Amino acid sequence: MNTFLIILTGSLVAASCGFLGCFLILRRMAMLGDAISHAILPGIVLAFLFSGSRDILPMLIGAAVIGLITVFIVQMLNQSGVKSDAAIGVTFTALFSVGVVLVSLYTQQVDLDLDCVLYGEIAYVPWDTWQLGGTDMGPRALWGVGGVFLFSLLVIGLFFKQFKLCSFDPALAAAIGIPVMLFHYLLMTLVSLTTVAAFESVGAILVVAMLVVPSATAYLLTDRLHVMLFISMGVGVLSAVLGYFLASWLDSSIAGAMTAVAGLLFLLAFLFSPRHGLISKMVARRKVQLGEA
Amino acid sequence: MNVWLALQDPNTQWVLMGCVLLGISSGVLGCFAFLRGRSLVGDALAHAALPGVCLVYLLTGSKSIGLFLIGAGVAGLLATYCITAISRHTRIKEDTSLALTLSVFFGIGIVLLTYIQHSASGNQSGLDKFLFGQAASLVFHDVITIMIVAAVLIVTTALLFKEFTLLSFDPGFGRGLGFPMGLLDGVLMLMLLMSVVIGLQAVGVVLVAAMLIAPAVTARYWTDKLGKMVILSGFFGALSGVLGTLISTQQENLPTGPTIVLSATAFFLLSLLFSPRRGVLARMVRFLSMRNKILREDVMQALYEKLEEQTKRRPTRVYYGFSGEHLAQKCGKRASAVRKAMYALQKKRYVTERSRTKEELLWTFTPDGLKEAHRLVLNQRLWDLYHMNQNQYHDLEIDVNQEELAPQLSDEELSLMLAQLSAYDLTPRLADHQGVSHLLQPSNQGGLSL
Repeated sequence: MNTFLIILTGSLVAASCGFLGCFLILRRMAMLGDAISHAILPGIVLAFLFSGSRDILPMLIGAAVIGLITVFIVQMLNQSGVKSDAAIGVTFTALFSVGVVLVSLYTQQVDLDLDCVLYGEIAYVPWDTWQLGGTDMGPRALWGVGGVFLFSLLVIGLFFKQFKLCSFDPALAAAIGIPVMLFHYLLMTLVSLTTVAAFESVGAILVVAMLVVPSATAYLLTDRLHVMLFISMGVGVLSAVLGYFLASWLDSSIAGAMTAVAGLLFLLAFLFSPRHGLISKMVARRKVQLGEA
Repeated sequence: MNVWLALQDPNTQWVLMGCVLLGISSGVLGCFAFLRGRSLVGDALAHAALPGVCLVYLLTGSKSIGLFLIGAGVAGLLATYCITAISRHTRIKEDTSLALTLSVFFGIGIVLLTYIQHSASGNQSGLDKFLFGQAASLVFHDVITIMIVAAVLIVTTALLFKEFTLLSFDPGFGRGLGFPMGLLDGVLMLMLLMSVVIGLQAVGVVLVAAMLIAPAVTARYWTDKLGKMVILSGFFGALSGVLGTLISTQQENLPTGPTIVLSATAFFLLSLLFSPRRGVLARMVRFLSMRNKILREDVMQALYEKLEEQTKRRPTRVYYGFSGEHLAQKCGKRASAVRKAMYALQKKRYVTERSRTKEELLWTFTPDGLKEAHRLVLNQRLWDLYHMNQNQYHDLEIDVNQEELAPQLSDEELSLMLAQLSAYDLTPRLADHQGVSHLLQPSNQGGLSL
């Protein structure tokens, strides 16, 4: 049962990240996912300090707010002439530092271990349960991640066309009257929410990996956005399942192993993807050369 | 604890020295990374170092910083290779391949690290300190290592300065000159990697990236010269090192890495706001003064054209000038803005208040003002003419970004354009040489007469 819960949580994280990640990499904002997942640390700590509890709701709000602030600051710096990569780098490292300082100053009050934040301990998910009126409702993280997953599924589902157009051709989208900035921030809100829901249970690194790796894999396997979304989710879930078994075999971090498996799957796609793979391109080139000869 | 007292502590002195050296070397190298558009490479390399360090530990079982450097270096090189290979061979963009490599390497590193922690002899405790950074734990031996590496980095940068400059601004040109640009790029990457690796121990994985970015971006605000930028960036890096270390001694539990980064960020923010040419404040001042200037010019033009209409319609009538409201209507600005502009123009002695009707102030030009307005209107109309008939004028060498058109023309060209202007009946009518200006002088009746 615990195994199942862990794998389920991991899969949900992977699926919701993989799903949002597709939009991120299409909009060339892959590093923004990384930035958000580090930058929301102060939001989480502040939410802890203010609410005095580890409830998921204040943390979600705190992190989503800081996540949006991060995106906003990056945009502002960019507009005032800082290159976008430098803007991202300055912003998230500064916010992360603030978070680390807060954690260090209030270590007694905050039950938040830095190592834990970075690696995440998905193995503890089944024990950290949620009580409602005396009944055990199951793992807290599962509720959080599942809730956010359904929410982002709903939002993206409702506005699929808008998101699609904004990803591929923001200028056209703006021209036909789609509020591009609104959807940009909406997407970023979803990323922040997903990140924080997954953060405590699986750690920053799995979130970053799952935002980028499965969607990049999917990007190599298809040319259609909705197919890409499904492949990305599938790759994410597969990495979660295989990663769990790898981790229990090696007796190592589950989140890390899930990431490693995702990396391996990407490598496979990189080499063998039917149209974009390295090997298949080589074969195709060979065929052309033979044909000429 | 008193700052001075803290400085007496030999341990603090070592930490301070280490952090200053780190600040200088990452500041200097950060400039080139920044200019190459690779600010985040430091972040990727720092994450990628983890599996390297873990593997070295697994293989040798020792915790020597020298071996860790080698392990981290090899892993970093591999990561660099992956990043370039992925973006070269597929349609995946550079930022995605960066994020991808970073997270996969770090994931593998975490697997190895936890594998070591769960299986090992229990002697691995220094490993995560090495990775997550603890400047306070720097000892004499580490500082010596940092010193050597930093010295090598700074000297190499000085020696290869010209080549790196080429690499940063125009690698294609450099290749044309016969410099091995690929090799130089590799050397630069290797140097970045070294500065990242020595930084890891002091400030940790995430923050080592900041030390590469923040001082460089800060320095960019103060100069346009690469040489100055590199020196300034090293200076800001060193200053952040000093400030961060000192702040962290003031409070227990305050880790050094983040305080260094926050100091660097503070310098960045100050520069962002206050730097004399590119700062937000300076630009805002420039923007506002430009806006006021344009407003004044628009108002003058409106007043000029109003007068012009009047003289055209009733050449002999005595008139009194125009109220702010009238002019606001003419040029489509708010009346309050027009009034403000009028007072500013009055200070410059371009306009004067003619008289008051019951409730309003009427404005008209002084001779100087009329001259100036004539110049403005003529310039505006010449530009309009130029833009309307651009095909006719494409022999003229005109820089459309310059404000004034007439000084860019030869006398011949100008008289040609003026002739055309009068053909459109657009010649500004009220001008000095037509003897208009004296008519604008206050007459005894207190009005204008023509």
